[in-house]
Amino acid sequence: MIYKVISKSEFTAFIDAIVKANNAYGPRRVDSDRNGEPIYKFMPVASADEIAFDYTATHFSAKQFFLPFREELSHFSFDEQDNWEQHIRYEAPPTLLFGLRPCDISAVNILDDVMLRGPYPSPYYLARRRNTFIIGMDHLPLPDCFCKSMNRHTVSHGFNLFCSDIGDSYYLSINSSKAFTFLKEFELRNPTPEDDCLLIERRKLIKQSFLTNIEVTGLPLFLDIEFDSPIWEKWGDKCLNCGTCAMVCPTCYCYSVEENFDIDLKGSSRHNRLYSCNLVDFAEVAGGHNFRPRNGDRLKYRYYHHYRGFSANDNQQICVGCNRCGRACLAGINPKDVINDLRLERETCKTGDSPSPNRT
Amino acid sequence: MQDGRFTLPEQDLNREPFAHRPPDFRQKSEVMITDRGYKCRITNIVPLSVHERLFQLRIVDPAERELFRFRPGQFLMLEVPGYGEAPISISSSTSNREFIELCIRQAGHVTSALFEAQPGALVSIRGPFGTSFPMESMQGGDVLLVAGGLGIAPLRAPLYWINDHRDHYRDVRFLYGAKQPSELLFTYQFDEWKTVSHIDLHAIVERPDENWKGRTGMITALLDDIAIDPENTWAIVCGPPLMFKFACSHLDGIGIPMNRMFVSLERRMHCGMGKCCRCMVGSTFTCLDGPVFDYWSVINLKEAI
Repeated sequence: MIYKVISKSEFTAFIDAIVKANNAYGPRRVDSDRNGEPIYKFMPVASADEIAFDYTATHFSAKQFFLPFREELSHFSFDEQDNWEQHIRYEAPPTLLFGLRPCDISAVNILDDVMLRGPYPSPYYLARRRNTFIIGMDHLPLPDCFCKSMNRHTVSHGFNLFCSDIGDSYYLSINSSKAFTFLKEFELRNPTPEDDCLLIERRKLIKQSFLTNIEVTGLPLFLDIEFDSPIWEKWGDKCLNCGTCAMVCPTCYCYSVEENFDIDLKGSSRHNRLYSCNLVDFAEVAGGHNFRPRNGDRLKYRYYHHYRGFSANDNQQICVGCNRCGRACLAGINPKDVINDLRLERETCKTGDSPSPNRT
Repeated sequence: MQDGRFTLPEQDLNREPFAHRPPDFRQKSEVMITDRGYKCRITNIVPLSVHERLFQLRIVDPAERELFRFRPGQFLMLEVPGYGEAPISISSSTSNREFIELCIRQAGHVTSALFEAQPGALVSIRGPFGTSFPMESMQGGDVLLVAGGLGIAPLRAPLYWINDHRDHYRDVRFLYGAKQPSELLFTYQFDEWKTVSHIDLHAIVERPDENWKGRTGMITALLDDIAIDPENTWAIVCGPPLMFKFACSHLDGIGIPMNRMFVSLERRMHCGMGKCCRCMVGSTFTCLDGPVFDYWSVINLKEAI
């Protein structure tokens, strides 16, 4: 990693140049919510003027660039003799993503673990990942962000360039030769001790700005022993099974594979579609048996996946603490409340006899 | 106005050099085209009961046929182009390298489409996927196979394996239960298994008809009939979820160690490669860590049966 400092005006010129030369996406204000607060979304950008440099957080994560909602896996073309040929393409044009937050980049790193490790790495994902240039930016957390609790408020890899705002300039962490080559054309300076101090101050400020904290240590154990807790029933009764949380989540990657005939009936395409474990038929098998028939079972499964982790990624927790699901949930379910409820249940539990202090 | 100096180059991954080679499913470390299937021709269709048929497939390309090797208990993804994919356990002998046999029940829209097919139709398979029964470890011991209904499908491969290596195993017992006599599958092979393979076969039905001469009741009743030596017995259980529960706890009560009891779980896999999470049991994948689990994993994992 190489560290450089760039003035804000020069930085804008740099962003303008690379945005113009590439297929670029960045945060743009697309609408206002009912309180007049801006709504941001990663959209195609043609110049630096269109980018909202001071955006707070997007409703949708950057997952859509790596795991599109719908993606063709293979195509079958039928011929006259009832024969068919299978065609597989995994192509991704070079894409530039600007303005990802540390939690978003962490989410991409987690997806890397899930999609690229193990016996069957996904070539579709790999094509997109290799062809995506990521510029990250730090930000002051929103009141309901809890990425510090998940230890995802900083990120050390998985991006090409990361910029921290230090007053009148940006402190750049350059993590790829491509980014370094681009920056050669612009006026950079080496960080002075004052710049380093400013960066550390900035880090401290961000760290202290978190208003929401969730205690996640020991959570895998709690999730295991609370598997039959009435808490899941309670929150499950609120859940509408709409799957919104999974759509906005930066790390939810579960999908279904579907196949449809082309409209001319001369072929068919098999595609995957992002799915949500909260949807009713997620665990249904042939013959109609559903392994998770109740709302609570499905809600629990999502929390189980996010905070306990699955064997596919070494049982690490995949939640990054962006609270997009909490903000988007129509029923007002957010991870903070569910986890606090779960902890409360466990920590206030009493047995008839007080535990023996004898540790022999 | 595009400035070429700032344009990202296209990464060469887009066309892998091995893209034209057939995938080698044993070589798991390299990136491969996991969605490419082997083209198969349906060579024969044998009706087994009202809802189940045995499909015999032959991989068209000889090179791919040579590549396709599987172990007893593994499954494959069967694709009916235009309709989709379904996970099907392989019911043929591992030593039969020419044909693949799949025992399929008409249940969903993929299998319904398949039931419309005539011999000669072309389908595609991906795989094999998943874990298998540890047939080598069972050598020298008794083997007890317990199947309920369609649960015989994944057990047919171990039965063939035992037939091929009969002298490696001591007493082999096969208990098979179904709701009605008409739902007993592969009855035409019972005599062959009894006399040629020397497998002690017992069948039981819940609702007998007038021609039924065998036992009547639940499959656990058969377990009481036979003498099991728990020290040297390996058990394989496959059937509907409720049957697992009763059969496994019964065998557990007899004293068969948990790590010698194997079950084959059923989930609706969509990818077969441990990505889509549709087949998760607790925190493990049925397609990667299963479908064959030992009984300890089953009781250890949440919501397994």
